[in-house]
Amino acid sequence: MLRPMQVAPSETPALNNYSPEVRQQLFAYVLQLADTSLILGHRLSEWCGHGPILEQDLAMANIALDLLGETRSLFQYAAELEGQGRTEDDLAFLRLATEYRNPLLVEQPNGDFAATIVRQFLFDTFHYHCLVELHKSPDAQLAAIAEKAVKEAAYHLKWSSEWMIRLGDGTAESRQRLDKALATLWRYSGELTTPTATEQALQAAGIIPDYAALRPAMDAHVAHVFGEATVPVPQGVFMMTGGKEGRHSEHLGYILAELQYMQRTYPGLKW
Amino acid sequence: METVEINLEDQFQARIDADISIEPKDWMPDAYRKTLIRQISQHAHSELVGMLPEGNWITRAPSLKRKSILLSKVQDEAGHGLYLYSAAETLGASRDQMLADLHSGKAKYSSIFNYPTLSWADMGCVGWLVDGAAILNQVPLCRTSYGPYARAMVRVCKEESFHQRQGFEIMQTLCEGAPEQKAMAQEALNRWWWPTLMMFGPKDADSPNTAQSMNWRIKRFTNDELRQKFVDMMVPQAEFLGLTVPDPAVKWNEARQAYDFGEVNWEEFWNVVKGNGMCNQDRLGARVKAHEEGAWVREAALAHAKKRAERAETQAA
Amino acid sequence: MTQSEWPLWEVFIRSKQGLDHKHVGSLHAADATMAIQNARDVYTRRLEGVSIWVVESKHVHASNPDDAAAFFDPANDKVYRHPTFYEVPDSIKHM
Repeated sequence: MLRPMQVAPSETPALNNYSPEVRQQLFAYVLQLADTSLILGHRLSEWCGHGPILEQDLAMANIALDLLGETRSLFQYAAELEGQGRTEDDLAFLRLATEYRNPLLVEQPNGDFAATIVRQFLFDTFHYHCLVELHKSPDAQLAAIAEKAVKEAAYHLKWSSEWMIRLGDGTAESRQRLDKALATLWRYSGELTTPTATEQALQAAGIIPDYAALRPAMDAHVAHVFGEATVPVPQGVFMMTGGKEGRHSEHLGYILAELQYMQRTYPGLKW
Repeated sequence: METVEINLEDQFQARIDADISIEPKDWMPDAYRKTLIRQISQHAHSELVGMLPEGNWITRAPSLKRKSILLSKVQDEAGHGLYLYSAAETLGASRDQMLADLHSGKAKYSSIFNYPTLSWADMGCVGWLVDGAAILNQVPLCRTSYGPYARAMVRVCKEESFHQRQGFEIMQTLCEGAPEQKAMAQEALNRWWWPTLMMFGPKDADSPNTAQSMNWRIKRFTNDELRQKFVDMMVPQAEFLGLTVPDPAVKWNEARQAYDFGEVNWEEFWNVVKGNGMCNQDRLGARVKAHEEGAWVREAALAHAKKRAERAETQAA
Repeated sequence: MTQSEWPLWEVFIRSKQGLDHKHVGSLHAADATMAIQNARDVYTRRLEGVSIWVVESKHVHASNPDDAAAFFDPANDKVYRHPTFYEVPDSIKHM
């Protein structure tokens, strides 16, 4: 019933044609995407059983499951790119905190529902627009993964956008909570579109999208949603970065303590 | 007036006896309605609270595959709770009121969820044993006399079948794995076996509502019948896994063509029902907290919907 | 408390192209958009649907069971409405 996402095998000999350097960069990038979905999926799964209403409990679990599915495809591809015989679980569970490359945003705690929505909205806005372009990547495997994920991300973005509007233009309390969440989380949004050296190299090689080119569509969506929510778009906020290069907040360590618990306690066993 | 009432009751019972399902707007005795609301909401509460012991392990699942399976299973339980609340709502109960009764302790849920989940093998035992017991209870309910309840149960049972299998698969993987995994499986079985037998409720002799419920076809087998069925089903499965059921009295009885088994510790059963299980307070506390902390979210969504509707009206005018 | 309960919606799902929408159950949602999305998340997790209708439950008007005899029994004796009422000679094909 639950199988890893089926993606087309890389038809092009692209995988073999990459220079060792590009292959290494691509590995690092795919790992970064996998970590990002993994950590956000993990955070969302913490809501399971504790949501504000049953219907939304189901909605959040669906998003978490989509992200976990994407995570598995990405780790499987990363393992293939690395070619060292590591499995998806080795990569997901058996690395050091500094080796995880997710942006800071996705490791931030769930907080209240407003914080979860803001985190999700900021991520979805980037995720969706990035996947639309990634779908056209000359890397067949990445394009295939993006093709499936972009449909899921479109739904996630719809869901989180609507909640942004409801909370912004809801009650005084919801507005106050949304403002507070934005004050905390907006500063992590910049990292999503700030390319690392690895991303720059892959952008130059035309394998992944140029983030600057994504910005107009992203900004337009944010402006539209904030307009509907009657919330001003934050301006001139100092942007925190580092997660994508392994410099994390204190939160990641606790996530990994739970995530890795079984694999670390019982090394090398099958579950 | 009196005679009319009696006629209605007779007609009602005749329909039940003819296996014609009762639908929401049909006449039904008050006691039937009340019993159903109690039973369906109790069942819904069990699904809702039942998310917590397994939810406890989602963030610690040992592989990505197991994590996805567990999350989707716990999510299903939310769905099942929702289907059941919906069925109860067709009888005129509001979900808010049912939740208020759960939160105040007036309404009950299955005591099995007041036991803690302490190891990964508990995810196996909950799926294999607890869901196995639940399925035995639930399959007959697909033919229960109240239409919306029966239809909800059909949907629940359809989805539930994967739950037990994934639990058994976890157990099987552990039992075929390293010695510490096998030990983990046995330790979990030791803790879950007896509480699972308690899930079928008190002995028939101590279950005063059974007769009426059987008569109304809200219930189709007695507690003891189901308990026996369960033991007969599970003992061979435990043997297949190479695990030992923690009851020295378990023995095949050739004459009865069934397994004999020992006496449930009814004192423990009633203690947990009365709120003295390991997790009663935590489970209910978690549900109350989620509901209370969600209040502002639910209010905001309503307030926004109202503003929208008003704006649309102004525009139309 | 009950003030904050979201309205109840009835959900109808078309299980595949070419079939009718069929009632599958109900759920709570603050508005129609959310009701459709909740229906998607609650009732189509296993590929059960390709299209969703939602109707706020208060807008559903139902026939009264007390009228059932008056409503539905009169159709009982109109056997001539059914093709099986008519005898067709064996030699006649395609009818």
